[in-house]
Amino acid sequence: MAYLQLQGVEKSFGAVRTIQGIDLAIEKGEFVVFVGPSGCGKSTLLRLIAGLETIDVGTLILDGRDITELPSSRRDLAMVFQSYALYPHMTVADNMSFALRLAKADPKTIADKVERAAQILNLKPYLHRTPRELSGGQRQRVAIGRAIVRSPKVFLFDEPLSNLDAALRGQTRIEIARLHRDLGATTIYVTHDQVEAMTLADRVVVLRDGRIEQVGTPLQLYDRPANQFVAQFIGTPQMNVIAAAQVPRLKSAIGDGVPEGGYLGLRPESVSLKPAGQGEVQGRVELVEALGAETLIYVSTDGGAQLVARQNTRTPLRMGDAVGLSVDAANAHVFDAQGRVFDGGRAAVAG
Amino acid sequence: MSTSHPLPAARAERVPLERAAPSGARVVRKRPFDWALLIRATAAWLVTLLLVFPIIFLVMTAFKTELQAIHVPTLWFFTPTLENFHEVQERSNYLHYAYNSIITSVGSTLLGLAIAAPAAYSMAFFRTRRTRDILMWMLSTKMMPAVGALVPVYVLAQKSALLDTTLGLIIVFTLSNLPIMVWMLYSHFKDIPPEILEAARMDGAGVWGEFRYVLVPLGMGGLASTGLLCLVLSWNEAFWSLNLSAANAGTLAALIASYSSPEGLFWAKLSAASLLAIAPIVVFGWFSQKQLVQGLTFGAVK
Repeated sequence: MAYLQLQGVEKSFGAVRTIQGIDLAIEKGEFVVFVGPSGCGKSTLLRLIAGLETIDVGTLILDGRDITELPSSRRDLAMVFQSYALYPHMTVADNMSFALRLAKADPKTIADKVERAAQILNLKPYLHRTPRELSGGQRQRVAIGRAIVRSPKVFLFDEPLSNLDAALRGQTRIEIARLHRDLGATTIYVTHDQVEAMTLADRVVVLRDGRIEQVGTPLQLYDRPANQFVAQFIGTPQMNVIAAAQVPRLKSAIGDGVPEGGYLGLRPESVSLKPAGQGEVQGRVELVEALGAETLIYVSTDGGAQLVARQNTRTPLRMGDAVGLSVDAANAHVFDAQGRVFDGGRAAVAG
Repeated sequence: MSTSHPLPAARAERVPLERAAPSGARVVRKRPFDWALLIRATAAWLVTLLLVFPIIFLVMTAFKTELQAIHVPTLWFFTPTLENFHEVQERSNYLHYAYNSIITSVGSTLLGLAIAAPAAYSMAFFRTRRTRDILMWMLSTKMMPAVGALVPVYVLAQKSALLDTTLGLIIVFTLSNLPIMVWMLYSHFKDIPPEILEAARMDGAGVWGEFRYVLVPLGMGGLASTGLLCLVLSWNEAFWSLNLSAANAGTLAALIASYSSPEGLFWAKLSAASLLAIAPIVVFGWFSQKQLVQGLTFGAVK
């Protein structure tokens, strides 16, 4: 049996069914990321696991024990909050040792553990400061320190990086990855940022409207999305999804596998630019985004669809220029009219 | 000699400096006279005088003889006497009443905090759809005139042998202050981010641990100002203490009232007794005014 198991978990707030039946198994030592747009229920799901909200229906099993009804204080989980939620009236050292002091641990052990965590997180010079005397990044590290000092069964992170600026966010992301590698602790991490999800996760759980859309490794989600939602949620810029009927030549290039009313999904890197008149699709350049290492070219096709192409070379193209587009048909994704991946066709080729 | 008194020396040095600076190269641009400021200041002074006048009059009368006290026109200059205070203490044992006032106000404050803090905690951090209604209902009980409840409360106190006991007064004071205490604590607790309490819960704190190690230290400002206000309100409470207590449990309010008895009005002694009754709370209020003001703004300006 998996280390942490969610079985048919449901939660409603008033008439709103926030979590609509979640089944999920998480293995020991795994780094699992819950990702989804805001309001998808990812934070609520984390709070249900933490015990900060009560589960309406379903069971939660941790390490072979049913913890559905257990209060947070006895679940042996540690949580890092978005707002850090440090105890403002305690020093950094007291913040980190609070749980151990409550558990009446031996003072020597407490001192050792705090010392070790401070070492790992570069917090040693700040142990006697209070949270208000620290920068955002330092507070974040204290919050993480507070969690690792306890050696809990599972670490829960609730959008821990969203209050940091971009540079610090990237840096802290790398630190969290390193920390997980060193400690090997089971971790559940909630974020709306798909880059965090892709870079940190062993497995990503994509949520929408309180349901799981797909579970898989980051590259599985990227290469074989189960539906149009996952396909468009993972990857920047978004996957191009166009009605197959809008681009008949493309449809024929992909073959017979496109169902009636279906959609074609093309990653921007599967679309390449050709001189006007060549390629499967013709259009005009709407916008060029030169990002240095890569260039994004937005094209509106003659059929009225919008496509983005990504290339690693720079381009002399300007807005309004006529271009042709060539598509890597082997890496095209095919969705049926309901947005589910259509596996009767060539979508499977992607794998 | 001047070396042994550094203070005057320092002052002597500073004065010429202060004088020298403005008379230097200062360019004064004449500002138009601020009439609005004058009017505002005058109005403020008038209101202040109006509010303070009875107190000043009371203090003056307390140091007069009975004859001087009833003299018309009012005597503004007289030789003060402490005779009234002697007599008050001799006739009615001030310390006994003061003791009752302290016991009842401190007791009702502690009891009130013990009830109001958990109530405010659950309302601030475990809100339901009815929380707002309950708060409004509690406050609405303060809109009823106290005298409306006099007969039932009197009978209840009598039947449970709490009439003229400090315990009886503590219970009644607590009940009458509870709505305000819950409101004040609620608005203070609401300013505490709930995640901090959740963090404590995740760290293994039960309800008591959360309360003891996180809520109380963080809500100390609110607890203190609520306690102070309740202390003042209980100390000043007159209606219930006059109606529910007599010689045994009477508070200072009862002491004052005893001087406006059918035996006749003794203005000077009445004033002396009043002064003795309000002095402790005025001194107390003076030292805690910052906390009190902070508490009374109900956490609105933060």
